[in-house]
Amino acid sequence: MKIGIINYGAGNLASVINAIEKLGYKTEIIQQSEQIINVDKIVIPGVGHAGRAMMNLNESGLANALKSSKKPTLGICLGMQLMGKYSDEGNTECLGVMNFNVNKLDINLKIPHMGWNRIEIAPNPLFTGIPNNTWVYFVHSYYVGENKNSIAKCNYETSICAAVNRGNYWGVQFHPEKSGEYGIQIIKNFIELCE
Amino acid sequence: MLSKRIIPCLDVKNGRTVKGVNFNNLADAGDPVELAYRYYTQGADELVLLDISATLEGRETFAKVVEDVARVIAIPFTVGGGIRTITEVDKLLKAGADKVSLNTAAIQNPALISQIAEIYGSQCVVVAIDAALIEGRWVVVSHAGTQTTNLNQLEWALKAQEFGAGEILLTSYSSDGTQAGFAVELTAQLSSNLKIPVIASGGAGTKDHFLEVFTNGKADAALAAGVFHFGKIGIGELKRYLTKSGVECRN
Repeated sequence: MKIGIINYGAGNLASVINAIEKLGYKTEIIQQSEQIINVDKIVIPGVGHAGRAMMNLNESGLANALKSSKKPTLGICLGMQLMGKYSDEGNTECLGVMNFNVNKLDINLKIPHMGWNRIEIAPNPLFTGIPNNTWVYFVHSYYVGENKNSIAKCNYETSICAAVNRGNYWGVQFHPEKSGEYGIQIIKNFIELCE
Repeated sequence: MLSKRIIPCLDVKNGRTVKGVNFNNLADAGDPVELAYRYYTQGADELVLLDISATLEGRETFAKVVEDVARVIAIPFTVGGGIRTITEVDKLLKAGADKVSLNTAAIQNPALISQIAEIYGSQCVVVAIDAALIEGRWVVVSHAGTQTTNLNQLEWALKAQEFGAGEILLTSYSSDGTQAGFAVELTAQLSSNLKIPVIASGGAGTKDHFLEVFTNGKADAALAAGVFHFGKIGIGELKRYLTKSGVECRN
């Protein structure tokens, strides 16, 4: 099994790649849509700016490839946000494989929502072996609210959608690659159980 | 609610962890990769690695240490020490670091903060502020504490926030390595006036010091080195103590 890691410019690919390779799987960094054929599953990692990321994905043709792909795909942080219809960040049209919008966090607590928070999870193969209220690591200033594809949420003054799933697409707002052993388990679940 | 974060800090010189008092008198504290892994398994919420090598050779070694640390831990980590250019930032992030910490370079060239924030996001930029108590009043010091500036710590922190810093790492230079307690009032002053998180550093000696800086000091995170390296406080026991005292921690 080989996991494709989408590269859309500025982003820390090293930690996602390290986490996957430590689990014993191969990775390939994907910059062009033709490469998708080489991999079994896809991860869209998440550091950067929505507008810039979508511009890059549109230019490389990866946006269309990701939209039509039937391969299990996991979006992390910004990668999850890109799966929605629209993001306030740079007024960006996103991939639209799920029906949610991304808004700027407008709360009194400190922004970004950065650090460890607990997630309330719904049954999903992605969360096999993960206890409810597990601590995971978040870093984000834009967020997805409650929506019908939500499979996890957390509370930070407002209710934040922490994970989504629709068909072959999964997304997590937190960084599983930075969330200790349970985070690694979530990545393992995506690779081994999410079809 | 977010948990309060406990952050061990590793000062790395020529590939080894060292620890001093008031930034001097360095004692060897072991292999940074082994130490990083140990703190990860003990429940550290994040790590900070500071390069204090002065030579080019030492700096090359540091990049390798960053890469090796990234392979063994699955928690966020910040790197810092002498970073002045986007090229250096890019290299360290590609080596696997999540955030970079700027100190003297940010004072000399605050635009560097916004350059990094624009390319990599604010969450990537930590601005480290070293403050020293001189004749009863706090001032910002630079160049690893060897030079006094005319900056006021709060004004500087607010400016750094405006330039796009994602976090402030506030070190009390006067208490660093003394284990006599954090600069609680100073931390509270910054934390209550900023929108971004404040990491308190310098002076951790007892579990109560942590409790105090999280409650009265309003710190979002607390950083320490010596008390962890030399086994005076265990991360697990510290977190259990804090949780029992009503401070939300990840256990």
